[in-house]
Amino acid sequence: MIHRECGVLKTTYEADMALYPLPIAKWTVAALAVFFFVVLPLSVHEYYLSVVNLCSIAIIGALGLNILVGYTGQISVGHGAFMSVGAYTAANFAVRLGAPWPVNLLAGGLMAAAVGAVVGMPSLRIKGLYLAIATLAGQLIIEWTINHVTFISGGVQASIEVPRPEIFGYRIASQVQMYFFLLVFVVLALVGTMNLMRSRIGRAFIAIRDHDIAAELIGINIFRYKLLAFAVSSFYAGVAGVLYTYYLGVANYEQFQINVSIDYLAMIIIGGLGSVQGSVFGAIFVTLLPIVIRYAMEAFGGLFFSEASVLNIIPNLRLILFGALIIVFLVVEPEGLNRLWRNIRSYFRVWPFAY
Amino acid sequence: MSAQLEIREVSKAFGGVQAVTRVSLDVPRGEMLSVIGPNGAGKTTLLNMVNGFYHPNSGRIVLDGVDITEHHPSAIATLGVARTFQNIALFRGMTVLDNLMLGRHVHMKAGVLSSFVYWGLAQKEEVAHRKRVEDLIDFLKIQDLRRRPTGSLPYGLQKRVELGRALALDPKILLLDEPMGGMNQEEKEDMARFILDVNEEWGTTIALIEHDMGVVMDISDRVAVLDMGQKIAEGKPDEVRSNPAVIRAYLGEKRDGSAR
Repeated sequence: MIHRECGVLKTTYEADMALYPLPIAKWTVAALAVFFFVVLPLSVHEYYLSVVNLCSIAIIGALGLNILVGYTGQISVGHGAFMSVGAYTAANFAVRLGAPWPVNLLAGGLMAAAVGAVVGMPSLRIKGLYLAIATLAGQLIIEWTINHVTFISGGVQASIEVPRPEIFGYRIASQVQMYFFLLVFVVLALVGTMNLMRSRIGRAFIAIRDHDIAAELIGINIFRYKLLAFAVSSFYAGVAGVLYTYYLGVANYEQFQINVSIDYLAMIIIGGLGSVQGSVFGAIFVTLLPIVIRYAMEAFGGLFFSEASVLNIIPNLRLILFGALIIVFLVVEPEGLNRLWRNIRSYFRVWPFAY
Repeated sequence: MSAQLEIREVSKAFGGVQAVTRVSLDVPRGEMLSVIGPNGAGKTTLLNMVNGFYHPNSGRIVLDGVDITEHHPSAIATLGVARTFQNIALFRGMTVLDNLMLGRHVHMKAGVLSSFVYWGLAQKEEVAHRKRVEDLIDFLKIQDLRRRPTGSLPYGLQKRVELGRALALDPKILLLDEPMGGMNQEEKEDMARFILDVNEEWGTTIALIEHDMGVVMDISDRVAVLDMGQKIAEGKPDEVRSNPAVIRAYLGEKRDGSAR
């Protein structure tokens, strides 16, 4: 947010450690709240709102992965699988027990957290690429298990239909209703992550990333905290998976395959590792990219290619641009979109008196 | 008076290299002990064993009557052993304030849920510990550096922040590995003053490794000398200074076998 901080004096530690220490930031937050709770849902077409909803789910998932990869420094290629654990747990709870959605949501998150902690166990011994391969194994094992154990997946198609969530007997069916439903969880996830990262647990995570030996030295039990990071991250993934299932109306393992894990890694790399804002930027960017490409190709693709080949090019172009962007960001701006945003902000901080 | 830290006949070998051989040391409560010796004498290995980074091949280490020989480093930190490193081990991406708050980690209790909610329990706890950290910031005179990432600080100040992080643990015993290594005279004097103040005002037991003999002789209550992994002398600074074995370890000996 763009604002000035001169003349802001604090007299208590509470004020100094506030999430937004500057008074004007409160107005910015209020303006954003009005925009997202009133203006956007009233002014935008159903279809665009459904895209926004996809972004919302991606934000929650990306926040979770950023806690693990960006803040704790443990790589994971199993995020998609943790989402599927949440999704299928919730779907089974909903169909077999007829449980209401809050129970399913919590169960999905907790089950994903438990599975995530187990998959994270090798992190005590191995780091970096080796851990990436270990979590990749986790992804594939979970995928296979869900696909082949009919008790979980409910049959050959491996998809389970779930009833729409109901709040006080009020059924969430339209995209607008879904939008508000998801928005609540996005806000919870955002505020919760920011809180987590500025207090004891979050600091311990960052300490492990920055210097694991020094972290042990000041009494942080590395094993416990690494597993905790995996569990918390997977909880977010599980919740995102459950929400995605409610969004689609069906739990399907094809929505949570390895490419989803890669997408989420791309989100936090492009957005900015170790940053809440970066997770949001990255989630929106990666979700919108294929949609923007499709529109652009449908509008202008005919100028360069034949009608038939445009349809073939669209999905491939997405992959090409995706790979190119990750490389560009890793080379040019490893701290991602969040860094670009911070640069703009710090430029305007003292503008127009740059000295 | 029973010792706060008892090191009993500890030995440690790395493959064929005998780093520490049957070293015993008692550190009474409130003492300032210096461990000196030529390079490769096993001083840092000894501290690493007290710390739990290495476990000795034989021997025992007892802190306040608790056998900590096989404890993990984080458990030993919880028992009140703090440590600084020869080559600084700060969290470079984090601010000075966050580094010191991390030093309070073992004294804080907030779990995942209360951290997630923050307002209420976690905030109260943060503020309480922030006060203690601010006392330390005042003590170390680093008020202007609170929000600076530690990686961007000059070397001498990084050492000071690292001392601050160790002190934030409210340690019973403080292990300092070359706290003045690579410093100029003025920085050394500042650091020596901080270390003396900690020892005298708060009564914290201190064991330090240092190569600057002037500082060692000035500030220590007692000096232990290691050479080739063995303890060759122990006593008041003056006694150690004139001990022939020590002089031989540092300067070698004449052909006739007498100390130089």
